[in-house]
Amino acid sequence: MKPAPFSYVRPASLEEAVRVLAAGGGAARPLAGGQSLVPMLNLRLAPAEQVVDLTRIEALRRVEDRGTSVFYGALTPHAAFEDGKVPDASNGLMRHVAERFAFRAVRNRGTIGGAIALADPAADWLPTVIALGARLHVAGPEGERIIPAEEFVLGPYFTALGEGEILVGVEVPKLAASARWGYSKVTTKVGEYAESMAIAVVDRARRSARIVLGAADGAPIVLADLAARLLDGARPEDLAAAIRAELVASERDFAPAKLVMHTTTIVRAARDAVS
Amino acid sequence: MKVPVSLTVNGERVAAEIEPRTHLGDFLRDHLRLTATHLGCEHGVCGACTVLVNGEPVRACITLAVSIDGAEVKTLEGLQGEALMETLKAAFHEKHGLQCGFCTPGMLISAWDLLKRRRDLDERAVRVAMSGNLCRCTGYQGIVRSIMAAAEKVGAAAPSTIKEPLR
Ligand SMILES: Cc1cc2nc3c(=O)[nH]c(=O)nc-3n(C[C@H](O)[C@H](O)[C@H](O)COP(=O)(O)OP(=O)(O)OC[C@H]3O[C@@H](n4cnc5c(N)ncnc54)[C@H](O)[C@@H]3O)c2cc1C
Ligand code: FES
Ligand code: FES
Repeated sequence: MKPAPFSYVRPASLEEAVRVLAAGGGAARPLAGGQSLVPMLNLRLAPAEQVVDLTRIEALRRVEDRGTSVFYGALTPHAAFEDGKVPDASNGLMRHVAERFAFRAVRNRGTIGGAIALADPAADWLPTVIALGARLHVAGPEGERIIPAEEFVLGPYFTALGEGEILVGVEVPKLAASARWGYSKVTTKVGEYAESMAIAVVDRARRSARIVLGAADGAPIVLADLAARLLDGARPEDLAAAIRAELVASERDFAPAKLVMHTTTIVRAARDAVS
Repeated sequence: MKVPVSLTVNGERVAAEIEPRTHLGDFLRDHLRLTATHLGCEHGVCGACTVLVNGEPVRACITLAVSIDGAEVKTLEGLQGEALMETLKAAFHEKHGLQCGFCTPGMLISAWDLLKRRRDLDERAVRVAMSGNLCRCTGYQGIVRSIMAAAEKVGAAAPSTIKEPLR
């Protein structure tokens, strides 16, 4: 259970980190909290010739209230959300999510940026930031760009990040006071990765709704059809068949039991967001 | 290639040259011979290796020592005589909070942090908060009882839960 040898660099600036990562090609890997990378290195599941430690880059720690949005630097640890130490853009949703995954010792070191960049299909922050319509700020050899959260994940552990690109932070638009959210997650044990999780954010006053399914064996699924029906006033309890049809149409090949579980978490999340 | 690392461990400055792949658990046990920190799974799931880094619990097995260069580390050895830890140890003794003792250092450090942070603990809250620390012996009943007893003693328990104060 020991990692294979690797070399180590600890850049002091974003520019330096981008340069080192780009020069290292695929064999250089960024390190944030290490809560997914180090287990993978210990188990020798993730080859890395060079580990590029991002933890001393101040620009990645910045948290900023920007008026209509809040910017959370990639290195913001899960525990900062859990403890309410950062401004909230989400009417309490992000805190609710952060309290309910992994374990305190993991949440103290694990970061929102690391969790999103990893794109574990069962991870909690991904469906959350997609449901919130977040924008992901990225820096790379070609400069900076912004990727809408729902376009970031291309598949399991596969993201839109190019070689040498670093996730700088997550910008979450502030929800209006009229927006409500619902959250439903199924796990086999407290703190485990989700078997299924659904998040719904609904603002009927502004006619906006977003329902996202996580732990969906790939990128989180945005249920656009369900959102439209909810805004038209349908009751989530009456929509199970429509939800199932929308999940089948996603062509993820869910086993029958999974289809039932996913439908259930989606109905529950949607119900809590509109009731 | 070795890299320099310097840490404050249990109040003492230590500097060493280590391989970058050395995790904090191995650094504490093999380089410093601080063996209260136990290594079970070595991939972050069992909690046996929990130590304090800058006052907060972390898993030593998935923390690269070099990445926390400059930090302050406390292990169970360094909490000897500390009031809250002594209360917890007495409670684990009295309420059968351990059998083989392998999980105990991690349990004690996680529980220490819990009792510092929270004032609303009941049995369910303790079970949820301690779910990242696995025990293969006790079945958890004694551990939960021990932590609740200590919580009552230091005022971290929800008022409704107090039944049997620790003597
Ligand atoms: C026991 C255990 C249980 C867990 N349970 C859950 C759970 O239920 N739900 C959940 O969502 N997560 C869970 N996690 C994972 C946890 O949330 C991690 O913190 C997170 O996945 C990774 O964040 P990190 O900061 O530790 O990243 P690291 O482990 O340091 O990095 C993860 C990956 O992202 C890359 N990376 C990191 N930062 C950046 C960046 N800024 N830009 C580009 N690439 C970057 C790294 O190269 C690596 O490939 C669990 C972890 C453990 C150990
Ligand atoms: S040895 Fe570190 S969590 Fe199991
Ligand atoms: S007492 Fe043996 S593992 Fe917990």
